[in-house]
Amino acid sequence: MIPAPFDYHAPQTLEEAFALLTSHGAESGDAKVLSGGQSLLPLLKLRLGATGHLVDIGRIPGLEYIKEEGGFLLIGGRTRESALEHSDLVRAKYPILADTAEVIADPLVRNLATVGGNLAHGDPANDHPATMLALSAEVVATSPRGTRTIVIDDFFLGLFQTALAADEILTEIRIPEPPASPLRSGGAYVKLERKVGDFATAAAAVQLTLGAGGAIERVGIGLTNAGPMPIRASEAERSLTGQMPTEERIAEAARLAAAATSPGADRRGQIEYKRQMARVLTMRALKKALARAEVH
Amino acid sequence: MSQHEIQVKVNGSEHKATVESRLLLVHLLRENLALTGTHIGCDTTHCGACTVLLDGQPVKSCTVLAVQADGREVMTVEGLEQNGQLHPIQNGFWQEHGLQCGFCTPGMLMTGYALLEQSSDPSEAEIRRAISGNLCRCTGYVNIIKSVQHAAAKLRSDAATPAST
Repeated sequence: MIPAPFDYHAPQTLEEAFALLTSHGAESGDAKVLSGGQSLLPLLKLRLGATGHLVDIGRIPGLEYIKEEGGFLLIGGRTRESALEHSDLVRAKYPILADTAEVIADPLVRNLATVGGNLAHGDPANDHPATMLALSAEVVATSPRGTRTIVIDDFFLGLFQTALAADEILTEIRIPEPPASPLRSGGAYVKLERKVGDFATAAAAVQLTLGAGGAIERVGIGLTNAGPMPIRASEAERSLTGQMPTEERIAEAARLAAAATSPGADRRGQIEYKRQMARVLTMRALKKALARAEVH
Repeated sequence: MSQHEIQVKVNGSEHKATVESRLLLVHLLRENLALTGTHIGCDTTHCGACTVLLDGQPVKSCTVLAVQADGREVMTVEGLEQNGQLHPIQNGFWQEHGLQCGFCTPGMLMTGYALLEQSSDPSEAEIRRAISGNLCRCTGYVNIIKSVQHAAAKLRSDAATPAST
């Protein structure tokens, strides 16, 4: 399959990219940013989408990094999933992100696919949106007007729609460092997929912090592929906050999370089945996150 | 629709080509360079028959634009054999019957090669994980895993006993 014709541009700097996005994107709405291309190119090949101009940000230096700074984990927008998956820092301190990276598509795709692309694509079936909701991440958008920070809850506007303007590039993801001693933090991402490379039938992301007495001080719960947008299970979060994580409360939170979903029926299953899976996976993710918090 | 002058190093040789923006890397390899060892299977980023190494990393060449490879290095299945000698990964697939119809084999070989560049003694679980983006409809994967292990053992023994001159 061959995509419909487009012009390809490979800017060397962000400024060049902005100039291209401004002239072709902001003015005529006919440009797309190409990051790893592992979602966008299949979409163009299947002709589910078309664009007049592809602006490849792959040759712009300085957009691939994973580092801690100022109380945040900073991930460059073009950081590959494989880098996240193999990062010692991520594996040690942000296991929810390692869980996520290693179930995205397959290892070959992860050598090209990027974290920023996974978010900017705006697909609720992608795995990072739920993770970033659980982590209360922020997205840094850069444009000729400077940079602005968008909290992840305000980032997804609809199916394939995000808060990014036509001339903005997602340059960084900022994740608050999980509170440590005397508090304890843990996170997990649990995904049900029919086979490697498939989108989630259902998946749940949990990041939580326990107080010194063992009560849940803060919990973030995100759900993948459970509706037209990535879902934050707010009621489930509220039901756990300030509480001891008993079996009953975990079961109740999982039930509330499932109630927040609105999945569609497809070859991955019927609506009721997917809701049940959202419940079960939320429970498992909560337990895994708790277990991880307890060993820290 | 723009045309681009690109230069790509494929299996050690520099190649120049003028390509349309939308030309896929797999088509550049198969049609412009006549390297038909790289197969097109699903054409939808699932099967991995089109796997090549791009700057040393295995990727699906049906999901990369030829222009994205400009100035970069590509290795295809044709690059494995050197001076008439099969690479140990190829020999492993031969010895352990790692293929039946052979369609997935170029991709499996490239993914296996890349794995062995990273890890000299991968476990079965690591091999299964590495090839999880490459589909085989014949073998049930068991012999493919044995093939990669065969190659790993050969590479280890070659490294332990340097060839006499």
